[in-house]
Amino acid sequence: MHNKVKDTAFLGLCVSLALGLAYIEVLLPPLIAAVPGIKMGLPNIILIFLLYRRGLPAAATVSLLRMVLVTLLFGNWMAFLYSLAGGVLSMAVMVLLKRLNFLSVAGVSVAGGVTHNVGQILMAMWMMNTAELGYYLIVLAVSGTIAGLLIGLCGALLIRRIPNKW
Amino acid sequence: MKSKQRVRNDVIFIVALLAVIAIAGACLYFLRGEGDTVTVSIDGKVVATYPLDEDLVKDIHTEGDGLNRLIIRDGKAWVEKASCPDGICAAHKPIHREGESIICLPNKVVITVQTADTTNEPDIVI
Repeated sequence: MHNKVKDTAFLGLCVSLALGLAYIEVLLPPLIAAVPGIKMGLPNIILIFLLYRRGLPAAATVSLLRMVLVTLLFGNWMAFLYSLAGGVLSMAVMVLLKRLNFLSVAGVSVAGGVTHNVGQILMAMWMMNTAELGYYLIVLAVSGTIAGLLIGLCGALLIRRIPNKW
Repeated sequence: MKSKQRVRNDVIFIVALLAVIAIAGACLYFLRGEGDTVTVSIDGKVVATYPLDEDLVKDIHTEGDGLNRLIIRDGKAWVEKASCPDGICAAHKPIHREGESIICLPNKVVITVQTADTTNEPDIVI
């Protein structure tokens, strides 16, 4: 069923879906203007679905392609480095928690959301050579928890509803 | 493991996580005293230090046409006008507690409240 061409086409579809969701997010006004970095992270719905359905390689590939393309289309390279740090850290944590199998999709997604913000802030601290950014982490961690929960619930719905042949 | 158990674990995990964040936030906020100077740094380098008890209006110019207007009044410091597209620094509330900061990522400007005996170096570099 899962031959190579079909896999490639499917992952391409996932990348474009993730891009579409990222674009919708760019169009939306910032949720809380006073604090940067607060986002829903809509494309992560795709990533959580892929992580559970297709495993780490598929999810990591789509995640990386998404970041590069979003950067080329809407972002800048500083933001890319923040996303990269957040993306790598959160993906590692989510894979680990999924293997340990004591949380549901929503719990894993919450951990992913929070660690994404942790990774971003650590990268920003390192790049700007300043420790003060740590205070932002408190706010971002709360928003990451809420966003992660919502994304996780959406992802769980997709995993349940979309037929297994995909 | 049954899915019901996992959902219960989810709830425990999220509550524990929020508790940790709340405690960390409370510690960070309440353990800080009032600061007495404001330090301005551009791209990691300290360029100026101003006392918090003297009123001041100062334009901070950065490379390109970067501009952040720093205001100090009534013992508090804030940014009134900024060239950056997002205007996050200008939307930030006035700062006066030790360690509070206003950060403009596009212009790489960091404005931090400090007490006289603390140095200008970051505590940790990660």
